[in-house]
Amino acid sequence: MILPALFFYLFAGVCVASAVMVIVSRNPVHSVLFLILAFVNAAGLFVLMGAELLAMILIVVYVGAVAVLFLFVIMMLDVDFTELREGFIEYLPIGLVIGGVFLAELLLVGGGWVISPNVAKSITAAIPANVSNTQALGLVLYTKYIHYFQIAGLVLLVAMIGAIVLTLRHKASVKRQDINVQNARTPELAMSIRKVASGQGLQEADAAEWVQ
Amino acid sequence: MTIGLGHYLAVGAILFTVGILGIFLNRKNIIVILMSIELILLAVNINLVAFSAYLHDVTGQIFAMIVLTVAAAEAAVGLAILVTFFRNRGDIAVDDASVMKG
Repeated sequence: MILPALFFYLFAGVCVASAVMVIVSRNPVHSVLFLILAFVNAAGLFVLMGAELLAMILIVVYVGAVAVLFLFVIMMLDVDFTELREGFIEYLPIGLVIGGVFLAELLLVGGGWVISPNVAKSITAAIPANVSNTQALGLVLYTKYIHYFQIAGLVLLVAMIGAIVLTLRHKASVKRQDINVQNARTPELAMSIRKVASGQGLQEADAAEWVQ
Repeated sequence: MTIGLGHYLAVGAILFTVGILGIFLNRKNIIVILMSIELILLAVNINLVAFSAYLHDVTGQIFAMIVLTVAAAEAAVGLAILVTFFRNRGDIAVDDASVMKG
């Protein structure tokens, strides 16, 4: 009985502590590593809540993809990160005030919150008994929420195309094949016929015109 | 000692606040701002899954999955914009990017 509580406080404590380290650490690489720690501990919280599939997705998607993407970008960009931290102390008071107000509001809402008896009637997709979490998700994700699922796929497609278009760069120095230009070439464009006087060869003026 | 819905909501609220605070503290460092946004979305996910577990309703987990999708897309596009910005200007100081201010 005490074990779930113990693990909850462990996961929650490490999660919050590493989230704080994400925003205060000097080196952005350390920030990313603390972000990974926060996500792994959040995955632990998800397991405690019985959402095993989401916990594993969190690890695969965030730790495996998003955090590594952050890491790549930070290491690729040659930026002096110390000067980016200049306004840190300057913004601290206003940030603390707004953060405190936000937290107070959220905790007030959480503290004064009661669940309406009607909520039990409005449950849209009850978790079936004797079924694993993954199966329960699959039973509704591909039937009841198929449109949400497909729209999520569309969002990923648009994001992929957007990221490629934004970062793709054509270098002028690299020669590429252009099929249209090749097909539009005519014999008149490609070659010219000259009468060459015997024993003299091509003249300078001819050569300049000839090399196009 | 039993861990209820309130405990998870408290963790979510604290993470959300840390994310908001991170955006304010690192006004110049857009990479940390993006990470703070990820923290905020994580807090939202914790709330969704907590309510899903509390109400025995699987819909919350479906929504958390969709939030995860949007978060991944946002990170990819945000970092792509950041790389393009760095290529054009040579640094990533976002407070100098006031061309649109008029």
